[in-house]
Order: sequence, then structure tokens, then C-alpha cells
Amino acid sequence: MAPPKAHRSGSNKRAQMGLFAGYVLAGASAAIGAVLLGISLWSPQTFQGLRAMALDLASPAGQAGAATRVQSRSLFEAIAGYYDAGSRNAELSREMAIARVRLAEAEALRQENQRLKAALDLIEGEELGQVAVARLIGSSSSSSRRFAFISAGSRDGVRPGMPVTSPMGLIGRVVETGSSTARILLLTDSGSMIPVRRATDNVVAFAEGRADGSLRIRLINLGINPLEEGDVFVTSGAGGIFRPGIAVAMVTEVTEDGAIAQLLSNPAATDVVIVEPIWQRPAIEAAERELSAQSSVD
Amino acid sequence: MEQINPRSRRDAYGKKINRDHSPALVYGVPCVTIMLGSLFPLLPVIAPAPIMPPMGLMVLLAWRLLRPGLLPLWVGFPFGLFDDLFSGQPLGSGIMLFSLALIALDLLELRLPWRNFWQNWLTGAVVLTVYLLLAAIVSGADFRLAHFGLLLPQLLLAILLFPIISSLIVLLDRGRLMRVRRIG
Repeated sequence: MAPPKAHRSGSNKRAQMGLFAGYVLAGASAAIGAVLLGISLWSPQTFQGLRAMALDLASPAGQAGAATRVQSRSLFEAIAGYYDAGSRNAELSREMAIARVRLAEAEALRQENQRLKAALDLIEGEELGQVAVARLIGSSSSSSRRFAFISAGSRDGVRPGMPVTSPMGLIGRVVETGSSTARILLLTDSGSMIPVRRATDNVVAFAEGRADGSLRIRLINLGINPLEEGDVFVTSGAGGIFRPGIAVAMVTEVTEDGAIAQLLSNPAATDVVIVEPIWQRPAIEAAERELSAQSSVD
Repeated sequence: MEQINPRSRRDAYGKKINRDHSPALVYGVPCVTIMLGSLFPLLPVIAPAPIMPPMGLMVLLAWRLLRPGLLPLWVGFPFGLFDDLFSGQPLGSGIMLFSLALIALDLLELRLPWRNFWQNWLTGAVVLTVYLLLAAIVSGADFRLAHFGLLLPQLLLAILLFPIISSLIVLLDRGRLMRVRRIG
């Protein structure tokens, strides 16, 4: 291919000036970009209005895509199903047999639980409401940050800070809201850190996002590492925001000071998410109860 | 003349008499395709790690390599800004990196004015590699040296997709230059 003529300004003064102005403008826009980058790294919320507006405008495309995602996924699953139907069948019937036993055990446990609760005269914990139900319409799939976009915004009552869950567990929390969309920080973002505890006992830890889609569990009490593969972590409710008891992750690899855990609710396999209110009221109430109990003791 | 060769007054872009290119197509097609590339994060792929190639930049590079004089050099500002609104990167990283990429391409072209398929691919691959590394560093994520392995799948996908996108842009370029405007 012949060399392009764009650079041959020759002795034409005007063309030379145009070429020069092009470089100056390009250099200036790179410099402006660097300044804006500095500002947005220093205070990440500076340009959130701009981003939220753009996302609101572009979200119809995302919503249409989210609807087709559910359909196309089931299509791929149906095709994949033909390949390993036989082994899958045997495996499933074996699992089914085990599951029946487990179901019976669970039923027994449920009855026992009911009986004990009745004996203790416990009231069922107040169910926390949901703010909105939304679809995941996209994610920052080409960036090193892990954000996702959902199809509910301030018009539906979504506010920054609210936890976002799926039926399988915690997904993340809202960081920015537009009027009909919101941006959520996924648990796997390296800027995300949530207080968790082991589901079976009270080993408390922090779950910190790693960029590769897993979580690092950092124990708060250092010492002998009590974690084992397969341990499930749930939110502890410490510090508010996330209500206690939402499933978060399962340990897959034990390290010296904690563990590496995989998310239980993989956002990639989720299409409908629930935005929950910020959990703090019960904590305040509990604190008040304690205070009043203390004052009555005094 | 027509009796000898019926296509004598036509070329690949249509009739030559009484017809001209449409400015809306000539400039609109590149702009719209680059912006569509930047809207890729709205595709329903909820990725647990960075996997999608930076489509906005790749389409911009493909247009720039195919038609160097088509878009002015400062075009990194508007397209970078648009990319930043959706990419999840802190605002400004796209503006800076797109502008730097365009300047780098321009300087490279001064030194190596002749081009072919392999050279374009190599240029694209180098620009994409540097872009992805810098984008990861300025993303504000806690990014350590050990995490650079995470970028490899994305980088590989981007480099493999680049010639495909380039040839797609060549197809669009033919449509863009169709003489659809009637004069007089």
C-alpha cells in the first residue's frame, strides 16, 4: 500500500500549521485526560453524575441484551447437554438418591427447629424488605475494576451503599445511582472489603476482593489458622450495611493467614438481583436495648 | 462508451456521474462504530475478571490505520471520554490513553510510512498491550505485579480479534464511501 499523503504538508504553510495544531491539540487532550484521571483517582465520586446520566441514556440497549442473555444461556446449556447426557444422567440419579436422604434429614431438622423455637417462644426475625428487583445489564468486562450495572436506580429507591444480593448470596453494593440505573461494586473488586464470619461458628474475618474473581479471607484473630477447604462464610453484620447471614463465599484454598475463597453467587450466572436496604436499624435498636438494660441494672 | 463497457462510468463505490459521497456516511460511520465499540460493557457479560478486549480503542485503531487522515488527531478526547463513561475505568484514563495512542501511531507513521497486514497487526498488538498495562495501572484497583497474568487472556483475545475487526472496518469503509448523494 502506498504511503498515505496525510503527513506530506510540503511547503504549504497552512497545511504545516494544521499539522502542528493537531499535535498541540492531541497533546493537550492527553494532558487534560491526565488531570481528569488524577481528580477521579483522588475523589472517585467527582464525575458520578456524568457517568450515571450516560448509563441511563444507554441502558435500554443493555436491558434488551440482558433479556436475551437468559435465553441464549439456556440455548447453550441445551446444546451442551447433548454431549454428556449419559454420564450426567448416572451422576444425577446418584445425587438424587443422596438428596432424598438429605431432604428427609432436613425435614426432621425443620420440625425439631420449630419445636425448639416454640419452646423458646422465639419470634421469627423481622424479614427485611427489598428496595428493588433489577436485572444485571452489564459489567466493566474490559477493565481491571469490577463494576456491574443494574436496571434500577434512584427512581426505584436505590441509594448508594445499599447491598445487592441474589438468591445464591451477596453480589456487591451500590456505589452510584442514576435515575433508572445503578452501578454496583462487585465483591471481587480489589476495593471491596466486607466483614464475614464462618457459617458454623464465630470465626470472624474480612473478605477482600482479588482481581481474578476470587476473594481473600483475612482472619481478624491471627494464630492457628482454623479454616478448612469447604468452609462457608456469611456476612457477619459488623459495621452495618450488610445484614448478617447472607452467604458470601466458600473456601477453596487455605493460606498462611487465611484462605482464598470462591464466590457462592457468581454474578455471571445471575440475571435478577435484589437491592436490599442498608442494614442498620436493628443494630441501633439492639444497642438501645443494651443501653436501657444497662441503665436498668444501674 | 456505455455500449462497449456498461460499467465504464462506475467504480466500486457506485456511479460516478451525478453522484457524490454523503458526508453523513463518510464521517458518521467511523464515529458511530467507535462509539458502539465503547458501549461493549453494556453487553450482558458479567465478567468475574477482565476478559473483554477494549473494543472502543480497537475500532479507533482500525479506522486510524486504514484511513490516517480521516479523523483529526485530537479525536482521542471525545472518544476517550465516551469510553470512560462506560468502561469502569476512572474518568480521564481513556482520554489520556486514547490521545497517547493516536500520537504514538502518528509518530510511528512518520518513520514507517509503508504498511502491510502484518505490520498493522504488530502495531495494533503493541498499542493494545501497552494500553492494557497502563489502563490496569491507572484503574485505581489494587494491582500488583503478580496480577499481570490476569491480563493475559484479555490481551490474547484483543490481539487475535484485531485483524478481524480491521477487516470488518474495511467492509464498513466500502459502504461508507458509496456515492449515494445525488448532485443537481
